[in-house]
Amino acid sequence: MSLPIFSFIFAMWILIIIGGGLMVVFVGPLSFSGYGDFDPLINSGAKVLIAMILIFIWVFALLKIKNWIFRKIANT
Amino acid sequence: MEQLIIPAIIAIVVAFFSVYGLTPFVIRALEKRNITVVDANKKEKTMVARPGGLSIIVGIESSLIILYVFFPISEILAVILTTFFAFIVGLIDDRKTMGGWFKPLALAFCAAPILLLGAYDSNLSFPLFGSVSIPLLYMALVVFMIPIMGNTINSIDVLNGVASGFTTIASFALSISLFILQNYEVGIICLCLSFASLAFYKYHKFPSKVFPGDSGAITFGAAYGAIAIVGGVEVIAAIAILPAIINSFLFLSSVKKIVEHREIKNPTSHTDDWKLKTTSENHAPITLVRLLIAKKPLSEKQIGIEIFKLAIFSGILAIITAFMMGVNF
Repeated sequence: MSLPIFSFIFAMWILIIIGGGLMVVFVGPLSFSGYGDFDPLINSGAKVLIAMILIFIWVFALLKIKNWIFRKIANT
Repeated sequence: MEQLIIPAIIAIVVAFFSVYGLTPFVIRALEKRNITVVDANKKEKTMVARPGGLSIIVGIESSLIILYVFFPISEILAVILTTFFAFIVGLIDDRKTMGGWFKPLALAFCAAPILLLGAYDSNLSFPLFGSVSIPLLYMALVVFMIPIMGNTINSIDVLNGVASGFTTIASFALSISLFILQNYEVGIICLCLSFASLAFYKYHKFPSKVFPGDSGAITFGAAYGAIAIVGGVEVIAAIAILPAIINSFLFLSSVKKIVEHREIKNPTSHTDDWKLKTTSENHAPITLVRLLIAKKPLSEKQIGIEIFKLAIFSGILAIITAFMMGVNF
């Protein structure tokens, strides 16, 4: 009965693992230098920006999946 | 490991039996003072005592204080203080209906003990890929985690037994995950939450004798969020409560703003045999319950069982994730 919701949860889980992988592989090693005392601030700022973009993509993907599930429920 | 067993057993027993024993007294005291609300999903007008958060906070705090006497570590103290402050926020909201922004803002301040006691590790751990160090971003995560968890559990508190049953399942899954990751002390803290919520479920299950109210549901959520932070298992904790996160996500993506839950239109209505069906109201928000009854009306008990199935599924995914934490590419 709630198979589409189980699928939604599973899709969220996969997205979390992929998003985490992207964070570790790309965002983690990011390091800017040459700005003196501002280096930690710039590094954190860049990581925050990329993390926000990733979250936006994650939410966008979830919205698409949610719409697909709703259509599926409506059609059955 | 061996030296943890006796304190763990004592703390768990205190968590369970203090809630189990105290809740009937709280129910009687609330009923005596007419502090009750109508159970909206019953055919006959049924008044139910609310809020039962007092017994929940006594159970969690007393067990954690006992644990702190045995192991005076900052992680336990941080959970004790954060949970207590969150309970106060919930209690204020129970007594006086505050605006939609009150709870998130007030709960953000409840995270202060975690930050001030330094009871966190700024490395965010992910399955398979390892961890990432994000010192400043992590501090923001700590501040956001308590309001998000508190409100997420609070938003799923819509049917008899769901909030306490859901917290029981999620916190048991988180405890198992913490033991898999060999974080035993925080695993025991989480077990105290599991047993406190299990004891409350006895009175909250269908048909409810008491509702947790904002003070109870937020206490559950804040304790869960604080445990996730001090245990360094934020991702696993989020996975274990995915159905509740979906509920909040569906709600926010349909309402598109943060509002107090009492201000919104009910997304469900009743059939002649008093089952819940999705409302025809266009502006009512989309929620997990509405999704579950989209195909056909279900009784309150059936919906609760469906939500618990989803919670068990998420709990299993959380435990699988804990195993995956040990594997790095």
